[in-house]
Amino acid sequence: MPDALYLWILTLVSFGLFGRRAYSYVKVLLGARAEKRWDHVGQRLKLVLVNVLGQRRLLEEPVAGAAHFLIFWAFMVYATSFFWNLVRGLFPFLPIPFADQVPWVRVLLAVFGVLGLAALAVAAVRRYFFAPPRLEKSRDASIILALIAVVLISALVGLRFQEVSRAMWWVHMVTVLGFMAYLPYSKHMHLLASPFGVFFGSLQPGSMPAASEGAARRDEFTWRQLLSGLACAECGRCDRACPAFNSGFALSPKMLMHHMKELVRGEAGDGNGGGFIGSAVKPEEIWACTSCLACMTRCPVMNEHVPVLLEMRRHLVGEGDMDKSLQEALKNLTRYGNSFGTAPRARSKWTQQLQFSIKDARKEPVHYLWFVGDYASYDPRLAAATCAAARVFRKAGLDFGILYDGEYNSGNDARLAGEEGLYETLRDKNLKSFAKAHFDEVVTTDPHSFHVLKNEYPATNGARTVRHHTQLLSDLILSGELPLKKKLRMTVTYHDPCYLGRYNAVFNAPRRVMAALGLKLVEMPQNRTYAYCCGAGGGRIWMEDPPVIKERPAITRVREAASLRGVHTLVVVCPKDLVMFQDAIKTIGLEDKLEVKELSELVEQAMG
Amino acid sequence: MTGNVWVVAEQWRGHLSEITYETLALGREVADGLGVPLTAVLAGSGIQELAQTLGCADSVLYVDHPLLAEPIPELCAEALAQLIEARKPCALLVPLTNVSLGVGTLVATRLGNSAVNFCKDIQIVDGKLRAICVMYGGKIEAAVEPAGGLAIVGVWPGARPADKGRSERSPSIEEATVTLEDTRVRLKRYIDPEAGDVDLTKQDVLVAVGRGIQSRDNIALAEELAHALGGEVAGSRPVIDQGWLPLSRQVGKSGLAVKPKLYVALGISGAPEHIEGMKDSALIVAVNSDAGAPIFNVAHYGIVGDVLETLPALTEAIAARKTAGHHA
Amino acid sequence: MHILVLLKMVPDVVEDLEIAPDGKALDLEYLRMILSESDDHALEQALLLKERHGGKVTVLALDAPEVDDALFTAVAKGADRVVKVVGMDAGSTTRQAASALAQVIQKETGLMPADLVLTGVQAIDDLDGLIAPLVAHELGLPYLGIVTRVSLDAPGQSVQAIKEYPGGVHGEFEVKLPAVLGMQAAEKPPRYVPVAKVRTAMKSQKIDCTLVPTLADGGWLAIDVVEMKRNEPAGHAEMLEGDPDQVSGKLCGILAERGLVA
Repeated sequence: MPDALYLWILTLVSFGLFGRRAYSYVKVLLGARAEKRWDHVGQRLKLVLVNVLGQRRLLEEPVAGAAHFLIFWAFMVYATSFFWNLVRGLFPFLPIPFADQVPWVRVLLAVFGVLGLAALAVAAVRRYFFAPPRLEKSRDASIILALIAVVLISALVGLRFQEVSRAMWWVHMVTVLGFMAYLPYSKHMHLLASPFGVFFGSLQPGSMPAASEGAARRDEFTWRQLLSGLACAECGRCDRACPAFNSGFALSPKMLMHHMKELVRGEAGDGNGGGFIGSAVKPEEIWACTSCLACMTRCPVMNEHVPVLLEMRRHLVGEGDMDKSLQEALKNLTRYGNSFGTAPRARSKWTQQLQFSIKDARKEPVHYLWFVGDYASYDPRLAAATCAAARVFRKAGLDFGILYDGEYNSGNDARLAGEEGLYETLRDKNLKSFAKAHFDEVVTTDPHSFHVLKNEYPATNGARTVRHHTQLLSDLILSGELPLKKKLRMTVTYHDPCYLGRYNAVFNAPRRVMAALGLKLVEMPQNRTYAYCCGAGGGRIWMEDPPVIKERPAITRVREAASLRGVHTLVVVCPKDLVMFQDAIKTIGLEDKLEVKELSELVEQAMG
Repeated sequence: MTGNVWVVAEQWRGHLSEITYETLALGREVADGLGVPLTAVLAGSGIQELAQTLGCADSVLYVDHPLLAEPIPELCAEALAQLIEARKPCALLVPLTNVSLGVGTLVATRLGNSAVNFCKDIQIVDGKLRAICVMYGGKIEAAVEPAGGLAIVGVWPGARPADKGRSERSPSIEEATVTLEDTRVRLKRYIDPEAGDVDLTKQDVLVAVGRGIQSRDNIALAEELAHALGGEVAGSRPVIDQGWLPLSRQVGKSGLAVKPKLYVALGISGAPEHIEGMKDSALIVAVNSDAGAPIFNVAHYGIVGDVLETLPALTEAIAARKTAGHHA
Repeated sequence: MHILVLLKMVPDVVEDLEIAPDGKALDLEYLRMILSESDDHALEQALLLKERHGGKVTVLALDAPEVDDALFTAVAKGADRVVKVVGMDAGSTTRQAASALAQVIQKETGLMPADLVLTGVQAIDDLDGLIAPLVAHELGLPYLGIVTRVSLDAPGQSVQAIKEYPGGVHGEFEVKLPAVLGMQAAEKPPRYVPVAKVRTAMKSQKIDCTLVPTLADGGWLAIDVVEMKRNEPAGHAEMLEGDPDQVSGKLCGILAERGLVA
C-alpha cells in the first residue's frame, strides 16, 4: 500500500478519536450557562501574547518556567512542521516539499529539538527528584514526557541519520498522531484548552460572576468555568499559593480544577452532571476559601478557581447549607447592615473617643467622603487605629465627613460568601445614602470596601474618585501637602492586603508613604502579589474554623514577619488584617517580638 | 378586694418546686397587705403529704384527681377554674416555669378574666393589687393593675427568697373535688437527660457564657478562666442551641438551676429565662458590653466591657494571684 | 396536612427602647419590629413537617411595621399562603391579638380545617397572656406549650410532641389533632433564605389581606398599664470601672477576699 494510504488511515483514526472526544467536551461547554467573554478583543489578544506565547506566569518559577518555555516553543515549531508534513503526506500531489526537506526548517527543528530535549530532561529531573509540593505526579504526566521525548528524538535522529530518516519520519508521525488521539483523555488537553482559557480569561482579576442562583449541576456552571477544568495542567502552583490549603483546610484549588475536569468528562458525581457537591467536592472545601486570589494570580492558564467556588457557595446558601455563625452574620447584615448584630445607630460610637467631631456628609457638604467600614466602626479593638486615621485626616487639613448610620457594610464579603442578593441590597442602601450626601471624592480605610466601591458600585453615581487612604496619603505626599514633622527611624515590614494588592494592584502607594515617614522597610519574603492572606476574607472571618487545621494563615504570616531580622513592627492597612494579626500574635505569644500597627498610627506619629 | 389570695403550689414528679415557696412568700405579703387569708392550692394525685410543707399559707386547698397526677396545663387550669368559680378568691398567683407555663392564661381565658404575665413583684396600692412586670427580655419594667375582682398573675422565679416561703407550721388542709374529662393531651413518659461529663449543680464555681462569647473558638478562653478558678464552664440557651456546648451545660429555665459560690456571667444579657437558673448563686459577677443588660440587676459585681478582652485579662490576673499566693 | 402558623412582630431589643411621653408604653418612633423568635421556630417546624408529610402551610399575622418582610420571607422559605389581618388598633395587647386571630381563623375561608396551629411559646411582649393557649381556648382545641419536636403519630389523628421541662428533662406527649402547639424550638434552627429569594417572593406572591372582624365583646377584663419604664440596672450591681487589666485586678482582689482564688 502506498504511504499516503497508511497515513490517511492513521490520520482518520487519530483525528476521529480526537475529534469525537473533543466534540463531546465542546458539547458540554455549549450546554453550559452563557458568559460574555467576547469583549475587548485587543486586550484579550495581548493576554494570549504575554501568557501563551510569552509564558509569563510560568516563568515565575524560573527553572520549571524556562524549561516549559522551551518545550512550548519546541512544540510550536514541531506542530507547525508536523501539520506541514501531514498535509504533504496526505496529498502527495501538492507541489511543496516535506517540512524536513527545507534547510531553514531543518535548522529550526534541530535547534528546538535539542533545546526541547534539554528542557525535557530538566523537567523530568525536577518532576522525579526535586518535585515541588503539590505537583501531580501522575502516570499521565510520565506518558506525556515520554511521548514528547520520542517525538523530538525521532525527529533529531531522522535529521541526523539519513539512512533511518524515513523510518524516523514514520515513528515521528505515528507518535504525534497517537499523542493527538490520547490528548483529550489526558491532562494535556490543556494544550488546546488553555490558549482559549487565556483568550477568554477575566480581564479584571477581582471581578466575580454576574448574579446567579449558583451552580451544583454541570449545566449550571458557565462554559468558561467548565473550561478551567480542561485547561488545568495540574502544575500545583495554585495549591502552593493557597493559604487555606497550606493551613490544612480541606480545600485544594488544584483538586477543585481536577474535579471540574472530571465533571466535564462525565466522571464526577452521577456522571450526568449531577451529584457534584457532596461527592466530588465537599461543602467544607467550598467554604474554606478566603477569596485571596493567590491561586488565580499564579495560574499560568488563567483558571477561575474563585468564581467556581463562589457559584457553589451561592448554591449552598440557597440550600441554607452553611455554618450557623455565617448564617448569623448574614442575617445581621440583612437586618442591621453590619455583621455584628449591633444597632445601626451605634456605628459612629467610635467617634466619641475623638476630641473633635467629624462632619456628617448627609447634612453638610464635604470634599472627601470617608467610608469607614464595618470592622473599623464596630470592633472595639480597632477604635485606636480608626481614630488615628481621623486625626491624620484632620491634621492634614482635609475636608472630610462620614455617613454615620447612613453607612452600611459595603457588601463585598456578603457577595463572596455567596449571598449576591444581600450584596445588592447593601450596595443599594449605600448608594441611596451617597445620593443624599454631598461630597466630591470617596476615601476608605477598608480594602474590602475599596474594592467594590471602586470597581462594582455603578459609576453612574457621579463617577467620583475612589481611593484607599494609602493612595490619598501617597498623593498628598507627592504634592507636598502632607505635613510630616519627623522621620520615624523604625525598621518595619509590610503586609500587602489581598483586596488592595492582588485585586487592585495597589502596591507602591503604601510603600511611598512608609518611605516618606522615614521607615526602613524590610519586605516580607512573600510580598506584593505573593502576599500570604491573613485568612479573614471570603466571609471566613464570620465562619468557624474546622477542628483539624495545621496553623491558621494569620499565624503563619506573623511568624514570617517575626522571622525578619531587626523587624518588630508589622504595618497593615486593612482593619481585618489588624485584628487577625493581633490575635495571632497573642495566640502564639509573640507579643514581645512583634507588634501590629496601622499605617495611620505611624503617619500620626510622624506628623508630630 | 375580697376573697383569699391563692398561690398555686407547683408539684412535679413527686416534689414541690422551689418556686412554690418563693411565690408563697410573695403571696404572704400580698395577703397581709390586703388583709385577707392566704391559700395554697395543691393539685395532684396521692400527694397529700406534700401539703404539710405549705404552712406559710393559712390553709391549703388540696385537689386529688387521677388525671392531675402529672401537671397538664389544660387540666390544671380547668381544675383551678372550677375551684375559683366556687370559692371566688381575689388573686391567683401562678408560677412561670416550664411546668406551669400556660396555666395562668388558660384559667384567665376560661373565666373570661384578665391575666398578667411576667410579674416579678406585687405591691398593694390603694387597696388594689399592682404587679411589677419585666418585659422585653428584662429591659422594660411595667406596673400593671388588672381590672376586676380577680387578679390572675404569672410570677417569675425569684420574686422572693424561697426560705421566706417555708414554715414549720402545719397548715389546715381542705380537700376539694373537681370534675375533669379525659384529656386530649396525654403525657406518655419522661425522658431524662443523659448524664454529662460534669454535674453543674455540684460545682462551686461556674463560668457561664452567652451570645457575647461570639464563637465556639472563644469558649476555650472561658475554659481557661474556669480552670483557673477550679470550676466548670456553663452556657445560656443560645450557646447550647448553637452547638458550642452540650445540653448538660445549659443553665436556665429548661436547663439546670445552680447555686454555686461564684457564678461568672460572660456576655449573657440576663433574660428572665436564664436568671431563673442562677439567681440563687452566692456571688454573681457579670461582664457585658451593654451597660443596660438586665444581668446587672441580679449581679453583685458588674463590668461593662468587651468580653473577649476582659476574659483573658481576668484569667491572667487570677493566675498571677495564685502564683503570688503560692510563693508567699 | 394543613398547618397554620401564627406570626407576631415584636419590638427589636437590639435597638435602645424608649418610653413614650405618656410613660405607659414604648415610644414607637425609634422602634424597629422583628419577628418573635419562637414564632420563627414555629414556622420552621411547620415547614419541616410539610417537607416530611406533604400538605400546605398557611401563615397568618396581624398587620405591624415590617410584617410584610416577615411574610414574604415565609413564602421564600416555603409557605404556601400568607394572610395579613389589617385594621387593628396600634398597641393592641396579646389578648386582643389572640382574639382577633381566633376569629379570623374561624371566619376566613381556607384557614380551617387545619391539622395543627403552630405559634411561638411566648413573645417578649406577652404582658396579658400567651397567644397559643388563648387561641386554643377560643377554637376549642387542645394545647401544649414549650414544644421542641413534633412528629406525626397517626396522620390526621394525633401528633407526638416533646415538651421541655426543667433540668434538661423532656416529656413525650400524645396530642389529639387538631391542636395548638406553642413552639419553644424547631427540630432544626430556622433555615436561611437568600435575600434574592425573598425579593422573588415579593414579586411573585401576594399577601392576602383580611379585615379584622368587629370583635365581639370578649367579656374578659383588661389590664391597665399604670407605668412603663426602662429597667435601669443601676441599683443592684457594684460596677467595676477601668480598662480590662484594671477591672481584672479589682475583681481578682474581691474574689481573693472571699477565698475563691486558691
